[in-house]
Amino acid sequence: MKAWVFGDDIDTDVLAPGRYMKSDISEIAQHCLEAVRPEFSQSVTPGDCVVAGRNFGAGSSREQAPAALKHLGVAALVAESFAGLFYRNSLNLGLPALVCDGARRIRNGDRLELDFQKSILVNLTTGDKLAFEPIPDHLLEMVRDGGLLPHLEKRLKCRTTS
Amino acid sequence: MSQTLAQKLVARAAGRGTVTPGEIVTCKVDLAMMHDSGGPRRVKPMLERLGAKVWDPSKVVVITDHYLPAYDDESRKIIRIARDWVREAGIDNFYDAQGICHIVLPERGHLRPGMFAVGGDSHSPTGGAFAAYMFGVGATEMLGVLVTGEIWLKVPHTIAMDFSGKISPGVSAKDIMLFLIGRFGLDGGQYQAVEYRGEAIRKLPMQERMTLCNMTAELGGQTGLIASDGVTQEFLKLKDPDPWSGDPDAQVIAHHRFNATDLAPQVAAPHSPANTKEVSFFENIKPSLAYIGACTGAKLEDLRMAAQVLRNRKSKMRLLVAPASLRDQKTAEDEGTLKILLDAGAELLPNACGICAGFGEHLLPENMVAISSTARNFKGRMGAASSQVYLGSPYTVAASAVAGRICDPREMVK
Repeated sequence: MKAWVFGDDIDTDVLAPGRYMKSDISEIAQHCLEAVRPEFSQSVTPGDCVVAGRNFGAGSSREQAPAALKHLGVAALVAESFAGLFYRNSLNLGLPALVCDGARRIRNGDRLELDFQKSILVNLTTGDKLAFEPIPDHLLEMVRDGGLLPHLEKRLKCRTTS
Repeated sequence: MSQTLAQKLVARAAGRGTVTPGEIVTCKVDLAMMHDSGGPRRVKPMLERLGAKVWDPSKVVVITDHYLPAYDDESRKIIRIARDWVREAGIDNFYDAQGICHIVLPERGHLRPGMFAVGGDSHSPTGGAFAAYMFGVGATEMLGVLVTGEIWLKVPHTIAMDFSGKISPGVSAKDIMLFLIGRFGLDGGQYQAVEYRGEAIRKLPMQERMTLCNMTAELGGQTGLIASDGVTQEFLKLKDPDPWSGDPDAQVIAHHRFNATDLAPQVAAPHSPANTKEVSFFENIKPSLAYIGACTGAKLEDLRMAAQVLRNRKSKMRLLVAPASLRDQKTAEDEGTLKILLDAGAELLPNACGICAGFGEHLLPENMVAISSTARNFKGRMGAASSQVYLGSPYTVAASAVAGRICDPREMVK
Protein backbone atom coordinates (compact mmCIF):
# COMPACT_ATOMS: atom_id res chain seq x y z
CA MET A 1 0.00 0.00 0.00
CA LYS A 2 1.15 3.51 -0.84
CA ALA A 3 1.22 6.23 1.83
CA TRP A 4 -0.60 9.52 1.33
CA VAL A 5 0.80 11.77 4.04
CA PHE A 6 -1.09 14.71 5.55
CA GLY A 7 -0.43 17.04 8.49
CA ASP A 8 -2.19 17.75 11.79
CA ASP A 9 -5.88 18.57 12.36
CA ILE A 10 -7.15 17.36 8.99
CA ASP A 11 -10.82 18.22 9.46
CA THR A 12 -14.06 16.67 8.27
CA ASP A 13 -14.87 19.68 6.08
CA VAL A 14 -11.73 18.94 4.11
CA LEU A 15 -12.59 15.22 4.01
CA ALA A 16 -16.28 15.70 3.11
CA PRO A 17 -17.10 19.34 2.28
CA GLY A 18 -20.50 20.47 3.59
CA ARG A 19 -21.70 21.80 0.27
CA TYR A 20 -21.62 18.30 -1.23
CA MET A 21 -23.27 16.58 1.73
CA LYS A 22 -26.64 16.28 0.07
CA SER A 23 -25.08 14.18 -2.69
CA ASP A 24 -24.37 10.46 -2.49
CA ILE A 25 -21.03 9.15 -1.32
CA SER A 26 -19.56 8.69 -4.82
CA GLU A 27 -19.97 12.44 -5.45
CA ILE A 28 -18.69 13.47 -2.01
CA ALA A 29 -15.65 11.19 -2.44
CA GLN A 30 -14.65 13.11 -5.59
CA HIS A 31 -14.08 16.16 -3.38
CA CYS A 32 -12.39 14.34 -0.50
CA LEU A 33 -9.28 16.29 0.60
CA GLU A 34 -9.42 18.49 -2.52
CA ALA A 35 -8.95 21.70 -0.49
CA VAL A 36 -5.49 20.50 0.62
CA ARG A 37 -4.55 17.99 -2.13
CA PRO A 38 -6.60 18.57 -5.29
CA GLU A 39 -5.37 15.43 -7.05
CA PHE A 40 -6.13 13.05 -4.18
CA SER A 41 -9.46 11.54 -5.25
CA GLN A 42 -8.27 11.01 -8.81
CA SER A 43 -4.86 9.59 -7.95
CA VAL A 44 -5.45 7.43 -4.86
CA THR A 45 -5.63 3.74 -5.69
CA PRO A 46 -7.54 1.05 -3.82
CA GLY A 47 -5.42 -0.39 -1.04
CA ASP A 48 -3.56 2.87 -0.34
CA CYS A 49 -3.11 4.18 3.18
CA VAL A 50 -3.76 7.68 4.49
CA VAL A 51 -1.17 8.80 7.05
CA ALA A 52 -1.49 11.89 9.23
CA GLY A 53 -0.25 13.69 12.31
CA ARG A 54 -2.40 14.68 15.26
CA ASN A 55 -6.18 14.82 15.53
CA PHE A 56 -7.11 13.39 12.14
CA GLY A 57 -10.83 13.89 11.45
CA ALA A 58 -11.43 16.90 13.69
CA GLY A 59 -14.81 18.57 13.44
CA SER A 60 -18.13 17.19 12.36
CA SER A 61 -19.94 13.94 13.20
CA ARG A 62 -20.55 13.42 9.49
CA GLU A 63 -19.81 9.80 8.76
CA GLN A 64 -19.27 10.70 5.11
CA ALA A 65 -15.73 11.76 6.12
CA PRO A 66 -14.45 8.20 6.71
CA ALA A 67 -17.01 6.86 4.20
CA ALA A 68 -15.47 8.98 1.41
CA LEU A 69 -12.02 7.55 2.17
CA LYS A 70 -13.44 4.04 2.24
CA HIS A 71 -15.30 4.65 -1.02
CA LEU A 72 -12.03 5.65 -2.71
CA GLY A 73 -10.57 2.33 -1.59
CA VAL A 74 -8.36 3.61 1.23
CA ALA A 75 -7.54 0.45 3.20
CA ALA A 76 -6.37 1.94 6.49
CA LEU A 77 -5.76 5.22 8.30
CA VAL A 78 -2.60 5.70 10.33
CA ALA A 79 -2.18 8.78 12.52
CA GLU A 80 -0.53 10.01 15.68
CA SER A 81 -4.04 10.56 17.00
CA PHE A 82 -7.61 10.73 15.76
CA ALA A 83 -10.51 12.97 16.76
CA GLY A 84 -12.65 10.74 19.01
CA LEU A 85 -15.86 11.02 17.03
CA PHE A 86 -14.13 10.35 13.72
CA TYR A 87 -12.35 7.35 15.25
CA ARG A 88 -15.64 5.78 16.28
CA ASN A 89 -17.19 6.53 12.87
CA SER A 90 -14.26 5.04 11.01
CA LEU A 91 -14.30 1.76 12.94
CA ASN A 92 -18.10 1.65 12.69
CA LEU A 93 -17.63 1.57 8.92
CA GLY A 94 -15.02 -1.17 9.20
CA LEU A 95 -12.20 1.18 8.16
CA PRO A 96 -9.21 0.55 10.46
CA ALA A 97 -8.00 3.73 12.19
CA LEU A 98 -4.62 2.96 13.68
CA VAL A 99 -2.92 5.11 16.30
CA CYS A 100 0.81 5.11 15.59
CA ASP A 101 3.30 7.25 17.54
CA GLY A 102 5.80 7.09 14.70
CA ALA A 103 3.36 8.14 11.96
CA ARG A 104 5.45 11.28 11.33
CA ARG A 105 8.37 9.16 10.12
CA ILE A 106 6.38 8.03 7.10
CA ARG A 107 6.97 10.03 3.90
CA ASN A 108 4.55 10.63 1.11
CA GLY A 109 4.69 7.79 -1.40
CA ASP A 110 6.38 5.27 0.93
CA ARG A 111 5.28 1.66 0.46
CA LEU A 112 3.73 0.26 3.62
CA GLU A 113 2.62 -3.10 4.91
CA LEU A 114 0.41 -3.63 7.95
CA ASP A 115 0.78 -6.64 10.21
CA PHE A 116 -2.42 -6.72 12.27
CA GLN A 117 -1.29 -9.83 14.17
CA LYS A 118 1.76 -8.09 15.58
CA SER A 119 0.38 -4.52 15.37
CA ILE A 120 3.41 -3.47 13.37
CA LEU A 121 3.58 -1.21 10.35
CA VAL A 122 6.46 -2.06 8.03
CA ASN A 123 7.75 0.74 5.82
CA LEU A 124 9.03 -1.20 2.80
CA THR A 125 10.66 1.93 1.37
CA THR A 126 12.79 2.78 4.41
CA GLY A 127 12.84 -0.53 6.28
CA ASP A 128 11.35 1.20 9.31
CA LYS A 129 9.12 -0.84 11.62
CA LEU A 130 6.55 1.15 13.58
CA ALA A 131 4.27 -0.19 16.29
CA PHE A 132 0.63 0.84 16.25
CA GLU A 133 -1.99 0.44 18.96
CA PRO A 134 -4.16 -2.59 18.29
CA ILE A 135 -7.85 -2.00 17.66
CA PRO A 136 -9.53 -2.18 21.11
CA ASP A 137 -10.71 -5.68 22.06
CA HIS A 138 -14.35 -4.77 22.40
CA LEU A 139 -14.42 -3.43 18.82
CA LEU A 140 -12.33 -6.10 17.12
CA GLU A 141 -15.20 -8.38 16.20
CA MET A 142 -17.20 -5.47 14.80
CA VAL A 143 -14.30 -4.30 12.63
CA ARG A 144 -13.71 -7.90 11.46
CA ASP A 145 -17.39 -8.14 10.52
CA GLY A 146 -16.87 -5.10 8.29
CA GLY A 147 -18.42 -2.49 10.57
CA LEU A 148 -21.37 -1.95 12.87
CA LEU A 149 -24.10 -2.53 10.26
CA PRO A 150 -22.96 -6.02 9.17
CA HIS A 151 -22.11 -6.74 12.81
CA LEU A 152 -25.66 -5.89 13.94
CA GLU A 153 -27.01 -7.88 11.01
CA LYS A 154 -25.07 -10.92 12.19
CA ARG A 155 -26.17 -10.46 15.80
CA LEU A 156 -29.84 -10.04 14.88
CA LYS A 157 -29.67 -13.13 12.63
CA CYS A 158 -28.16 -15.17 15.47
CA ARG A 159 -30.95 -14.00 17.75
CA THR A 160 -33.72 -15.04 15.35
CA THR A 161 -32.20 -18.42 14.48
CA SER A 162 -31.34 -19.44 18.04
CA MET B 1 -15.07 6.62 45.92
CA SER B 2 -15.41 10.27 44.91
CA GLN B 3 -16.79 10.76 41.40
CA THR B 4 -16.71 13.61 38.93
CA LEU B 5 -19.94 14.83 37.36
CA ALA B 6 -19.03 12.89 34.19
CA GLN B 7 -18.48 9.68 36.19
CA LYS B 8 -21.78 10.08 38.05
CA LEU B 9 -23.71 10.57 34.80
CA VAL B 10 -22.04 7.63 33.08
CA ALA B 11 -22.40 5.38 36.16
CA ARG B 12 -26.13 6.04 36.32
CA ALA B 13 -26.55 5.22 32.61
CA ALA B 14 -24.41 2.09 32.97
CA GLY B 15 -26.44 0.92 35.96
CA ARG B 16 -23.42 1.07 38.23
CA GLY B 17 -22.65 2.67 41.55
CA THR B 18 -19.33 4.07 40.41
CA VAL B 19 -17.16 3.90 37.31
CA THR B 20 -13.43 4.36 36.75
CA PRO B 21 -11.97 6.51 33.95
CA GLY B 22 -10.63 4.36 31.12
CA GLU B 23 -12.93 1.37 31.59
CA ILE B 24 -15.34 0.41 28.82
CA VAL B 25 -18.99 0.43 29.82
CA THR B 26 -22.32 0.01 28.05
CA CYS B 27 -24.79 2.80 28.74
CA LYS B 28 -28.54 2.92 28.34
CA VAL B 29 -29.51 5.92 26.26
CA ASP B 30 -32.22 8.21 27.67
CA LEU B 31 -32.49 10.37 24.58
CA ALA B 32 -31.35 10.16 20.95
CA MET B 33 -31.53 13.30 18.84
CA MET B 34 -31.19 13.42 15.07
CA HIS B 35 -31.39 16.07 12.38
CA ASP B 36 -32.33 15.75 8.73
CA SER B 37 -28.78 15.45 7.42
CA GLY B 38 -27.33 12.64 9.54
CA GLY B 39 -30.69 11.26 10.69
CA PRO B 40 -33.63 9.65 8.86
CA ARG B 41 -32.10 9.72 5.38
CA ARG B 42 -29.14 7.71 6.67
CA VAL B 43 -30.68 5.45 9.33
CA LYS B 44 -33.92 4.53 7.52
CA PRO B 45 -32.26 2.37 4.81
CA MET B 46 -30.04 0.70 7.42
CA LEU B 47 -33.01 -0.08 9.70
CA GLU B 48 -34.80 -1.55 6.70
CA ARG B 49 -31.78 -3.69 5.83
CA LEU B 50 -31.79 -5.03 9.39
CA GLY B 51 -35.57 -5.38 9.50
CA ALA B 52 -35.31 -3.60 12.85
CA LYS B 53 -37.49 -1.06 14.62
CA VAL B 54 -36.63 1.88 16.87
CA TRP B 55 -36.15 0.55 20.40
CA ASP B 56 -38.25 3.26 22.03
CA PRO B 57 -39.76 6.00 19.81
CA SER B 58 -40.58 8.12 22.88
CA LYS B 59 -36.85 8.56 23.49
CA VAL B 60 -36.09 9.83 19.99
CA VAL B 61 -36.28 13.48 18.92
CA VAL B 62 -35.98 14.50 15.26
CA ILE B 63 -35.38 18.12 14.29
CA THR B 64 -35.01 19.46 10.75
CA ASP B 65 -32.39 22.21 10.52
CA HIS B 66 -29.77 21.47 7.85
CA TYR B 67 -31.52 21.33 4.46
CA LEU B 68 -33.94 24.16 5.19
CA PRO B 69 -35.29 26.03 3.45
CA ALA B 70 -35.17 23.33 0.80
CA TYR B 71 -34.28 25.00 -2.46
CA ASP B 72 -33.57 22.13 -4.82
CA ASP B 73 -34.80 18.59 -5.49
CA GLU B 74 -32.15 16.91 -3.34
CA SER B 75 -32.81 19.00 -0.25
CA ARG B 76 -36.58 18.66 -0.69
CA LYS B 77 -36.14 14.90 -0.85
CA ILE B 78 -34.00 14.84 2.33
CA ILE B 79 -36.60 16.84 4.25
CA ARG B 80 -39.43 14.68 2.91
CA ILE B 81 -37.66 11.51 4.07
CA ALA B 82 -37.44 12.99 7.59
CA ARG B 83 -41.14 13.93 7.63
CA ASP B 84 -42.28 10.55 6.32
CA TRP B 85 -39.96 8.52 8.53
CA VAL B 86 -41.03 10.05 11.85
CA ARG B 87 -44.61 9.07 11.01
CA GLU B 88 -43.67 5.52 10.02
CA ALA B 89 -41.46 5.07 13.08
CA GLY B 90 -44.05 6.51 15.47
CA ILE B 91 -41.84 9.36 16.62
CA ASP B 92 -43.95 12.15 18.09
CA ASN B 93 -41.04 14.38 19.08
CA PHE B 94 -40.59 16.00 15.70
CA TYR B 95 -39.74 19.67 15.25
CA ASP B 96 -39.90 20.78 11.66
CA ALA B 97 -38.32 24.11 10.70
CA GLN B 98 -38.34 25.31 14.31
CA GLY B 99 -34.63 26.05 14.50
CA ILE B 100 -31.29 24.35 15.10
CA CYS B 101 -31.47 21.03 16.94
CA HIS B 102 -29.10 21.90 19.82
CA ILE B 103 -31.22 24.93 20.68
CA VAL B 104 -34.66 23.46 20.03
CA LEU B 105 -33.96 20.34 22.13
CA PRO B 106 -33.66 22.08 25.53
CA GLU B 107 -36.05 24.87 24.49
CA ARG B 108 -38.83 22.26 24.16
CA GLY B 109 -37.95 20.62 27.46
CA HIS B 110 -36.31 17.41 26.25
CA LEU B 111 -33.15 17.72 28.35
CA ARG B 112 -32.88 17.34 32.08
CA PRO B 113 -29.94 17.14 34.45
CA GLY B 114 -28.76 13.56 34.96
CA MET B 115 -29.66 12.29 31.49
CA PHE B 116 -27.43 10.29 29.17
CA ALA B 117 -28.02 11.39 25.58
CA VAL B 118 -26.55 11.10 22.11
CA GLY B 119 -27.01 13.40 19.15
CA GLY B 120 -26.32 12.84 15.49
CA ASP B 121 -24.22 15.99 15.28
CA SER B 122 -20.81 17.00 16.57
CA HIS B 123 -22.17 19.97 18.51
CA SER B 124 -24.23 17.64 20.70
CA PRO B 125 -22.03 18.42 23.75
CA THR B 126 -24.23 21.56 23.95
CA GLY B 127 -26.58 19.41 26.05
CA GLY B 128 -23.87 19.09 28.70
CA ALA B 129 -24.67 22.64 29.80
CA PHE B 130 -27.72 21.09 31.49
CA ALA B 131 -25.62 18.58 33.44
CA ALA B 132 -26.60 15.83 31.01
CA TYR B 133 -23.95 13.59 29.45
CA MET B 134 -24.49 14.30 25.78
CA PHE B 135 -22.15 13.69 22.88
CA GLY B 136 -22.16 13.43 19.09
CA VAL B 137 -22.24 10.21 17.08
CA GLY B 138 -22.24 9.36 13.37
CA ALA B 139 -25.15 7.82 11.50
CA THR B 140 -24.13 4.17 11.84
CA GLU B 141 -23.47 4.56 15.55
CA MET B 142 -26.92 6.20 15.79
CA LEU B 143 -28.35 3.14 14.05
CA GLY B 144 -26.81 1.01 16.80
CA VAL B 145 -28.51 3.18 19.43
CA LEU B 146 -31.85 3.08 17.61
CA VAL B 147 -31.76 -0.72 17.43
CA THR B 148 -30.36 -1.54 20.88
CA GLY B 149 -31.01 1.55 23.03
CA GLU B 150 -27.41 1.27 24.19
CA ILE B 151 -23.96 2.54 23.36
CA TRP B 152 -20.43 1.74 24.53
CA LEU B 153 -18.30 4.37 26.18
CA LYS B 154 -14.79 4.62 27.51
CA VAL B 155 -15.40 6.30 30.87
CA PRO B 156 -13.85 9.74 30.43
CA HIS B 157 -11.37 11.53 32.58
CA THR B 158 -12.37 15.06 33.49
CA ILE B 159 -10.47 18.19 32.50
CA ALA B 160 -11.58 21.07 34.74
CA MET B 161 -11.62 24.59 33.28
CA ASP B 162 -12.05 26.86 36.26
CA PHE B 163 -12.80 30.57 35.77
CA SER B 164 -12.83 32.91 38.72
CA GLY B 165 -14.02 36.53 38.63
CA LYS B 166 -16.50 37.78 36.08
CA ILE B 167 -16.20 38.39 32.35
CA SER B 168 -16.16 42.07 31.37
CA PRO B 169 -18.93 43.81 29.43
CA GLY B 170 -18.39 43.08 25.73
CA VAL B 171 -16.76 39.72 26.49
CA SER B 172 -18.71 36.45 26.24
CA ALA B 173 -18.66 32.67 26.50
CA LYS B 174 -17.50 32.57 22.89
CA ASP B 175 -14.36 34.47 23.87
CA ILE B 176 -13.73 31.98 26.68
CA MET B 177 -13.92 29.12 24.20
CA LEU B 178 -11.78 30.73 21.50
CA PHE B 179 -9.24 31.46 24.21
CA LEU B 180 -9.25 27.85 25.45
CA ILE B 181 -9.09 26.37 21.94
CA GLY B 182 -6.23 28.72 21.07
CA ARG B 183 -4.44 27.75 24.26
CA PHE B 184 -4.99 23.98 24.20
CA GLY B 185 -5.62 23.24 20.51
CA LEU B 186 -8.32 21.38 18.60
CA ASP B 187 -7.43 18.21 20.50
CA GLY B 188 -6.97 19.89 23.90
CA GLY B 189 -10.04 18.08 25.21
CA GLN B 190 -8.45 14.69 24.39
CA TYR B 191 -11.96 13.27 23.82
CA GLN B 192 -12.50 13.40 27.58
CA ALA B 193 -15.14 15.31 29.55
CA VAL B 194 -14.38 19.02 29.91
CA GLU B 195 -16.08 20.52 32.95
CA TYR B 196 -16.52 24.29 33.20
CA ARG B 197 -16.48 25.55 36.77
CA GLY B 198 -15.98 28.60 38.90
CA GLU B 199 -17.61 31.84 39.81
CA ALA B 200 -17.46 33.31 36.29
CA ILE B 201 -19.21 30.25 34.82
CA ARG B 202 -21.95 30.22 37.48
CA LYS B 203 -22.72 33.86 36.66
CA LEU B 204 -23.40 33.06 32.99
CA PRO B 205 -26.98 32.77 31.71
CA MET B 206 -28.04 29.39 30.37
CA GLN B 207 -27.51 30.06 26.67
CA GLU B 208 -23.99 31.35 27.33
CA ARG B 209 -23.28 28.12 29.19
CA MET B 210 -24.58 26.29 26.12
CA THR B 211 -21.98 28.12 24.00
CA LEU B 212 -19.22 26.79 26.27
CA CYS B 213 -20.37 23.20 25.99
CA ASN B 214 -21.17 23.59 22.28
CA MET B 215 -17.62 24.61 21.39
CA THR B 216 -16.20 21.78 23.45
CA ALA B 217 -16.51 20.06 20.06
CA GLU B 218 -13.82 22.39 18.68
CA LEU B 219 -11.76 21.86 21.84
CA GLY B 220 -11.85 18.12 21.10
CA GLY B 221 -13.71 16.98 24.21
CA GLN B 222 -16.28 14.19 24.02
CA THR B 223 -18.62 16.37 26.01
CA GLY B 224 -18.61 19.63 27.93
CA LEU B 225 -20.31 19.68 31.31
CA ILE B 226 -21.59 22.24 33.78
CA ALA B 227 -23.10 21.31 37.16
CA SER B 228 -26.79 22.15 37.40
CA ASP B 229 -28.00 24.98 39.61
CA GLY B 230 -30.80 27.54 39.89
CA VAL B 231 -30.04 28.89 36.41
CA THR B 232 -30.53 25.42 34.91
CA GLN B 233 -33.70 24.88 36.92
CA GLU B 234 -35.20 28.17 35.84
CA PHE B 235 -34.38 27.75 32.14
CA LEU B 236 -35.92 24.26 32.04
CA LYS B 237 -38.79 25.34 34.31
CA LEU B 238 -38.11 22.36 36.58
CA LYS B 239 -40.37 22.28 39.60
CA ASP B 240 -37.85 20.62 41.89
CA PRO B 241 -34.18 21.42 42.00
CA ASP B 242 -32.24 18.48 40.54
CA PRO B 243 -28.68 19.21 41.49
CA TRP B 244 -26.11 17.20 39.59
CA SER B 245 -22.49 17.98 40.36
CA GLY B 246 -19.24 16.18 40.90
CA ASP B 247 -17.82 15.44 44.34
CA PRO B 248 -15.53 18.31 45.37
CA ASP B 249 -12.60 15.94 45.97
CA ALA B 250 -13.09 13.84 42.81
CA GLN B 251 -9.92 13.37 40.78
CA VAL B 252 -9.44 15.21 37.50
CA ILE B 253 -6.54 14.76 35.06
CA ALA B 254 -6.05 18.48 34.66
CA HIS B 255 -7.33 21.50 36.53
CA HIS B 256 -6.74 24.76 34.68
CA ARG B 257 -7.45 27.98 36.54
CA PHE B 258 -8.06 31.35 34.90
CA ASN B 259 -9.30 34.73 35.94
CA ALA B 260 -12.15 35.67 33.61
CA THR B 261 -11.92 39.33 34.56
CA ASP B 262 -8.71 39.71 32.52
CA LEU B 263 -10.05 38.09 29.36
CA ALA B 264 -10.11 40.28 26.23
CA PRO B 265 -12.31 39.55 23.18
CA GLN B 266 -10.74 36.82 21.05
CA VAL B 267 -10.68 36.25 17.30
CA ALA B 268 -9.70 33.07 15.43
CA ALA B 269 -8.07 33.64 12.04
CA PRO B 270 -8.51 31.33 9.03
CA HIS B 271 -8.57 28.33 8.87
CA SER B 272 -8.80 27.02 12.41
CA PRO B 273 -10.65 27.91 15.62
CA ALA B 274 -7.30 27.27 17.34
CA ASN B 275 -5.72 30.12 15.39
CA THR B 276 -6.75 32.57 18.10
CA LYS B 277 -5.38 35.87 19.36
CA GLU B 278 -6.81 38.90 21.09
CA VAL B 279 -9.00 41.01 18.83
CA SER B 280 -6.43 43.86 18.75
CA PHE B 281 -4.15 41.72 16.53
CA PHE B 282 -6.70 41.76 13.73
CA GLU B 283 -7.83 45.38 13.62
CA ASN B 284 -6.41 45.93 10.12
CA ILE B 285 -8.59 43.15 8.65
CA LYS B 286 -11.53 44.46 6.63
CA PRO B 287 -14.23 41.84 6.10
CA SER B 288 -16.99 42.41 3.57
CA LEU B 289 -19.50 40.19 5.36
CA ALA B 290 -20.57 39.89 8.99
CA TYR B 291 -22.50 36.75 9.90
CA ILE B 292 -24.44 36.10 13.08
CA GLY B 293 -25.72 32.57 12.88
CA ALA B 294 -25.61 28.94 14.01
CA CYS B 295 -26.15 27.07 17.28
CA THR B 296 -22.92 28.60 18.54
CA GLY B 297 -23.65 32.20 17.74
CA ALA B 298 -27.29 33.15 17.12
CA LYS B 299 -29.27 32.17 20.21
CA LEU B 300 -31.40 34.80 21.94
CA GLU B 301 -28.46 35.78 24.19
CA ASP B 302 -26.23 36.13 21.11
CA LEU B 303 -28.79 38.34 19.36
CA ARG B 304 -28.99 40.47 22.51
CA MET B 305 -25.20 40.89 22.54
CA ALA B 306 -25.22 42.00 18.91
CA ALA B 307 -28.09 44.40 19.64
CA GLN B 308 -26.21 45.96 22.55
CA VAL B 309 -23.54 47.01 20.04
CA LEU B 310 -25.82 47.81 17.11
CA ARG B 311 -28.33 50.01 18.96
CA ASN B 312 -28.45 53.36 17.09
CA ARG B 313 -25.59 52.27 14.82
CA LYS B 314 -25.38 51.12 11.20
CA SER B 315 -23.47 48.27 9.67
CA LYS B 316 -20.88 49.29 7.09
CA MET B 317 -20.91 45.85 5.48
CA ARG B 318 -23.43 43.18 4.55
CA LEU B 319 -24.77 41.82 7.84
CA LEU B 320 -26.63 38.51 7.83
CA VAL B 321 -28.50 37.26 10.89
CA ALA B 322 -29.95 33.73 11.10
CA PRO B 323 -31.53 33.38 14.58
CA ALA B 324 -30.88 29.89 15.95
CA SER B 325 -34.51 29.10 16.67
CA LEU B 326 -37.91 30.40 15.70
CA ARG B 327 -38.84 30.80 19.36
CA ASP B 328 -35.68 32.82 20.07
CA GLN B 329 -36.46 34.97 17.04
CA LYS B 330 -40.01 35.60 18.28
CA THR B 331 -38.75 36.59 21.72
CA ALA B 332 -36.17 38.86 20.09
CA GLU B 333 -38.94 40.40 18.05
CA ASP B 334 -41.24 40.91 21.05
CA GLU B 335 -38.56 42.52 23.20
CA GLY B 336 -37.26 44.80 20.43
CA THR B 337 -33.89 43.12 19.96
CA LEU B 338 -34.67 42.09 16.42
CA LYS B 339 -35.74 45.62 15.43
CA ILE B 340 -32.37 46.98 16.57
CA LEU B 341 -30.58 44.47 14.33
CA LEU B 342 -32.81 45.20 11.34
CA ASP B 343 -32.49 48.98 11.84
CA ALA B 344 -28.71 48.54 11.75
CA GLY B 345 -29.08 46.99 8.31
CA ALA B 346 -29.20 43.27 9.11
CA GLU B 347 -30.79 40.88 6.62
CA LEU B 348 -32.75 38.13 8.29
CA LEU B 349 -32.12 34.51 7.21
CA PRO B 350 -34.09 31.36 8.13
CA ASN B 351 -33.75 29.59 11.51
CA ALA B 352 -31.42 26.89 10.24
CA CYS B 353 -27.76 25.84 10.10
CA GLY B 354 -27.36 27.69 6.80
CA ILE B 355 -23.93 28.97 5.84
CA CYS B 356 -22.25 27.35 8.85
CA ALA B 357 -23.19 23.91 7.52
CA GLY B 358 -22.19 24.87 3.98
CA PHE B 359 -25.82 25.03 2.93
CA GLY B 360 -28.05 27.53 1.21
CA GLU B 361 -27.78 30.41 -1.16
CA HIS B 362 -25.39 32.61 0.81
CA LEU B 363 -22.20 30.52 0.70
CA LEU B 364 -19.06 32.64 0.63
CA PRO B 365 -17.73 33.33 -2.87
CA GLU B 366 -14.04 33.14 -3.88
CA ASN B 367 -11.73 35.25 -1.72
CA MET B 368 -14.49 36.72 0.46
CA VAL B 369 -13.37 37.80 3.93
CA ALA B 370 -16.00 37.33 6.64
CA ILE B 371 -16.31 37.77 10.40
CA SER B 372 -18.63 35.18 11.88
CA SER B 373 -20.15 34.22 15.23
CA THR B 374 -20.11 30.52 14.22
CA ALA B 375 -17.86 27.76 15.57
CA ARG B 376 -15.67 26.63 12.68
CA ASN B 377 -13.61 28.38 10.06
CA PHE B 378 -12.10 25.32 8.42
CA LYS B 379 -11.02 25.79 4.83
CA GLY B 380 -14.00 25.69 2.48
CA ARG B 381 -16.57 24.98 5.21
CA MET B 382 -18.68 28.06 4.58
CA GLY B 383 -18.09 28.36 0.86
CA ALA B 384 -15.14 28.70 -1.49
CA ALA B 385 -11.81 27.26 -0.30
CA SER B 386 -10.29 30.70 -0.95
CA SER B 387 -12.74 32.46 1.41
CA GLN B 388 -11.33 33.68 4.72
CA VAL B 389 -13.46 33.34 7.84
CA TYR B 390 -12.56 35.03 11.12
CA LEU B 391 -14.44 33.84 14.19
CA GLY B 392 -15.54 36.14 16.99
CA SER B 393 -18.28 36.66 19.54
CA PRO B 394 -21.60 38.24 18.52
CA TYR B 395 -20.31 41.45 20.18
CA THR B 396 -17.16 41.38 18.05
CA VAL B 397 -19.02 40.55 14.83
CA ALA B 398 -21.46 43.42 15.42
CA ALA B 399 -18.70 45.88 16.35
CA SER B 400 -16.71 44.87 13.26
CA ALA B 401 -19.78 45.41 11.08
CA VAL B 402 -20.11 48.93 12.49
CA ALA B 403 -16.40 49.77 12.20
CA GLY B 404 -15.89 48.26 8.73
CA ARG B 405 -12.93 46.33 10.10
CA ILE B 406 -12.38 43.80 12.87
CA CYS B 407 -12.95 45.76 16.04
CA ASP B 408 -12.84 45.42 19.84
CA PRO B 409 -16.49 45.71 20.95
CA ARG B 410 -15.79 46.81 24.53
CA GLU B 411 -15.87 50.54 23.71
CA MET B 412 -19.25 50.12 22.00
CA VAL B 413 -21.07 48.43 24.90
CA LYS B 414 -20.17 51.01 27.51
